[in-house]
Amino acid sequence: MEPILTISNLTKKFGYLTAVKNLTFTINKGNVYGILGPNGSGKSTTLGIVLNVVNKTQGDFHWFDGNISTHDALKKVGAIIERPNFYSYMTAEQNLKLVCRIKGVDHSKIDEKLAIVGLLDRKTHKFRTYSLGMKQRLAIASALLNDPEILILDEPTNGLDPQGIHQIRQIIKDIAANGTTILLASHLLDEVEKVCTHVVVLRKGEKLYSGRVDEMINSHGFFELKAEKHDELLGVLETHSNIEKTKVEGELITAFLNEPMSASEFNKLMFDRGILLSHLVKRKESLEEQFLQLTDTK
Amino acid sequence: MLRLIQLELQKLWLNKASRVLIIISFILPFTVLILSSIKINFFGFFTLELGELGIFNFPIIWHITTFFAAQFKFFFAIVVVSMIGNEYSNKTLKQNLIDGLSKKEFILSKFYTIVFFSLCATVLIGLATFAIGMYYSSYTEASIIFREVDFLLAYFLKLVGFFSLCLFLGMLVKRSAFALGFLFILFISESIIYGLMKWLIDGNIADKIHDFFPLQSMWNLIEQPIQRIIMTKFPDNTDMVYDFALHWYEIVIVLGWTAIFVFLSLQLLKKRDL
Repeated sequence: MEPILTISNLTKKFGYLTAVKNLTFTINKGNVYGILGPNGSGKSTTLGIVLNVVNKTQGDFHWFDGNISTHDALKKVGAIIERPNFYSYMTAEQNLKLVCRIKGVDHSKIDEKLAIVGLLDRKTHKFRTYSLGMKQRLAIASALLNDPEILILDEPTNGLDPQGIHQIRQIIKDIAANGTTILLASHLLDEVEKVCTHVVVLRKGEKLYSGRVDEMINSHGFFELKAEKHDELLGVLETHSNIEKTKVEGELITAFLNEPMSASEFNKLMFDRGILLSHLVKRKESLEEQFLQLTDTK
Repeated sequence: MLRLIQLELQKLWLNKASRVLIIISFILPFTVLILSSIKINFFGFFTLELGELGIFNFPIIWHITTFFAAQFKFFFAIVVVSMIGNEYSNKTLKQNLIDGLSKKEFILSKFYTIVFFSLCATVLIGLATFAIGMYYSSYTEASIIFREVDFLLAYFLKLVGFFSLCLFLGMLVKRSAFALGFLFILFISESIIYGLMKWLIDGNIADKIHDFFPLQSMWNLIEQPIQRIIMTKFPDNTDMVYDFALHWYEIVIVLGWTAIFVFLSLQLLKKRDL
């Protein structure tokens, strides 16, 4: 696999505070990556460092094969950080022309990219007349101008209304479908779950996990159960070797597996023991539950 | 280089406030220059024609126009300071860097624009002075016309030096209004330190040290011409004689400051986390 960004042992200290601690990971071409972490976990700082606006304290990073200076590499990268930053007195088109000049790209791309984010009919309006959602979409258009090999988005849906969030996510999915590598930093877990294939989890500047989203924790899932013979069911579960632990919330019993087991297998087992289930659902932990488990235990 | 100037000119020209200030800083000195060169009739009582005083004679006209035109540099100074301040407050500086501008290119685009503007101002003042001089001057031999044309060079260096100082102050404090305040403080503290030095140590040494101060060194490039005008009226009065010529060491000092300001601006930007 072709690496796009390699980070090794990166550390950033702001005075006594260590914002990023000895961070190492690699972004490969063609995947959609999420950087996940609560507020203040070092996501934006890490992105700031690789984007040349924050100075690293220690460690190293390099773009692509490492034979290219960071500011040249950034011409092949599209990035939006926190909130959209444009010149308020310029129109959308003029703002994008400026970005074209910086990146050394032809102006002909402007209309094409504005069409992707649905702002073509507003291109002659001043930036300051835009709503937050439109500003954010303009930022995406701007980041796409150079047909980047990787698109970096830092909290792209922050502060948007549900329609805005939906629009942005749809745009991100469309871009990902074209084979562009995406790095998405967010504290919204379902956002990452919906869009990303790989994830890096950070807490207090330290990496807790990096890898595929669905392999984040070793889990075989769990059953949600209800039965009229509540106590007998509990008794069976406690003695069964496949069940690691159980949790009771009123009528509902949650049984966690420590070995793979299908729902029908389990149903048959219960039937044989003379317990009739009124409710049986097999589920895997959502990313949120996995994330909380991961950040709690360590 | 062209790309960097284009970049900055787009930012400046599309901004209404800075566009107005740029136009003013070009037009105002010209209006003053042209107004002063025409014959003004005060309701038939008397006519005022500054040209008759001989101030539009070559070569002294180079000295006079560059000196007075340089007083209008403050308008563009506001533009310089705000072009840094706005980039910080709108966070567009950060976005520029993320889009692939290097920190060096960012500072250079500002500096090239300063040089470009100073060059335009110098050329325009040069042409206007030449035209007015040709019209009024009693002497029109080429050797006299171009004798003190080096005041144009002084004017150019003075502008570049002064705007580089503004660039540095803008980078240092990030806010335009505070940067202008700092400029004022620098102006006052130069005088205070000079006064203290004169009082505490020998006046001669104080003068020499004072010539190395940034604002004073820029002032030294074009000394005030008033005394010289009076001198031409009273050629016998030898007390009035002073050194108004442009010297190589004055140029070196201002160039030195310019280099220091640009270099420090870049170092500030490199060291900062945005």
